[in-house]
Amino acid sequence: MEFTRRKPLGAFGGVVMVVLVLMAIFADVVVPFDPMAHSPDVLRGPSAQHVAGTDQFGRDVMSRIILGGRTSLYVGLAVTVLSLIPAIALGMASAFFGGWVDYALQRLVDTVQSIPYLIMLIATMVVLGPSLTNVVVALAFRRAITESRVMRGATMSIMNQTYVEAARAIGSTDTRIMVRHLVPNIMPTVIVIASIGFGGVILAEASLSFLGYGVPPPTPSWGGMLAADGRAYMYAAPWMLIAPATALALVVFGVNMFGDALRDVLDPRMRGTS
Amino acid sequence: MAKYAARRVVGLVPTVLLLLFLVVVMIELIPGDIIDLILEEKFAKDDAGRVTLQRELGLDRPLPLRYAEYSLGVVRGDFGESMWTKQPVSHLILGRAGVTIEIGVLSIVIGSVIGIGIGTVSAVRQDSLLDYVLRSAAILGISVPTFVLATAVVVFPAIWWGVAPSLRYVSPAEDLVRHLQIIALPSLVLGISLAATLMRLTRTTMLEVLRQDYIRTAHAKGIRASRVVMGHALKNAMIPVITLLGLQIAFLIGGSVIIEAVFAIPGVGRLLLGAIASRDYPVVQGIVVILGLFVMATNLLIDLSYAWLDPRIRYA
Repeated sequence: MEFTRRKPLGAFGGVVMVVLVLMAIFADVVVPFDPMAHSPDVLRGPSAQHVAGTDQFGRDVMSRIILGGRTSLYVGLAVTVLSLIPAIALGMASAFFGGWVDYALQRLVDTVQSIPYLIMLIATMVVLGPSLTNVVVALAFRRAITESRVMRGATMSIMNQTYVEAARAIGSTDTRIMVRHLVPNIMPTVIVIASIGFGGVILAEASLSFLGYGVPPPTPSWGGMLAADGRAYMYAAPWMLIAPATALALVVFGVNMFGDALRDVLDPRMRGTS
Repeated sequence: MAKYAARRVVGLVPTVLLLLFLVVVMIELIPGDIIDLILEEKFAKDDAGRVTLQRELGLDRPLPLRYAEYSLGVVRGDFGESMWTKQPVSHLILGRAGVTIEIGVLSIVIGSVIGIGIGTVSAVRQDSLLDYVLRSAAILGISVPTFVLATAVVVFPAIWWGVAPSLRYVSPAEDLVRHLQIIALPSLVLGISLAATLMRLTRTTMLEVLRQDYIRTAHAKGIRASRVVMGHALKNAMIPVITLLGLQIAFLIGGSVIIEAVFAIPGVGRLLLGAIASRDYPVVQGIVVILGLFVMATNLLIDLSYAWLDPRIRYA
């Protein structure tokens, strides 16, 4: 409640995320129509029956947006979780062992980061081939590398703490220090990074789908709806474009707001850095 | 300073070598069915065709040799040739780079003017209604993806006023005025995306600077408020903003791929998408290497300008 009062926009973002999660879980129940079912009512504008109109095959746009939300949420969650584990491992190894291990790993991070994000994603998708799983793999790989640098920084600051020195003095093994002392203490950073990155992941998936290298049809995804069909009928049926665009902007806005608020609460030092 | 610069340049060598290695290995990772696809499209799908294709992609030679050859080629400015048109990759990229750079520079100018301007106003009028409106607009600007904004700019005027921006590209040699009209809109869209991020950081750093003692001193000396803001505060708030601007170069490159796709601009982004669609791997490799080197060079320049502004960095 305190959170709602102090961070109204963050609370709004939280509501958006809860709605998105509920919508994704109960998508099959809440969709007004079968999102894949063709019907003779093609390119109908928004009406009481079809809140967001129908597309060129007579499919209900609102139903497809609800199912597309499931795709976005799945990609967002999967990428965030999958990228964190290698990111923590890489960043911690780099900071903990230092020396040439650190040097080699950091040059690798430099190299990957020198390749523009979207271009690297497209290139990875070309090598892997189109599928939902590969979108997750491509995004997670890139994010893991980028995040590992933040994890390295967080680990370094904790390694200077006296309790790590004390653990070493009583003869704790490297593994024990990492698992018992480093991992729990970088968790606030991990949570903040994950929540801030979430919106970016959803956006990246949409951009990839928009360019035709994302989630392959017929799986509905917001980026895909905006790209091929939405643009082909943008004059005749603008709702096909406006509806998914609104959904996407609303979710990214909500997620960003929530992430910002969470950062302010959990880690005041990072306030205003992004 | 020269010593610091030299150290930073030498430090880039392993990164560049690694980039080239990744790009060469990329070919190795192409799945076999794509090789078959290229064979169907281009060569006779028999053993002779396969051998020819393997030779063109260099897959008949061991990896270390190919790596060395590719790296030496890049040093000489030779990125190989397109698999389809047989034109040198470097020519293809150079031919397309002009308009991409134009839009990039224009969007940086637009983005900086809007972002830094609004950020300053927002900081000076902190917590006023204007501040809230501007900040909300900026957050919305970050949340709306570039491709949505770009599409909206094309669609809404068409629906409301029945005018659609022309999507037929005109080169500057053909008609300079038409050319500028055509690149104005994509630059504006990209600039707005950039402005939102810049605005937020400008506001934060300006707020910090405005609280400093020397700002109070300047006010106390009776200097005009506008001069204090522009001359004293803004100048000091700019260092982190310029860093962010440099970091946004990579974002701009990604954005230009999307912008060029939406507005049908024949720049490097379209070249890349086309090369990927037609599986023209040497072109894809060349673009990735050049963009990677470009981003590294920008980051190096930022670091050097930092060291020049702040001597403590040089001796760290």
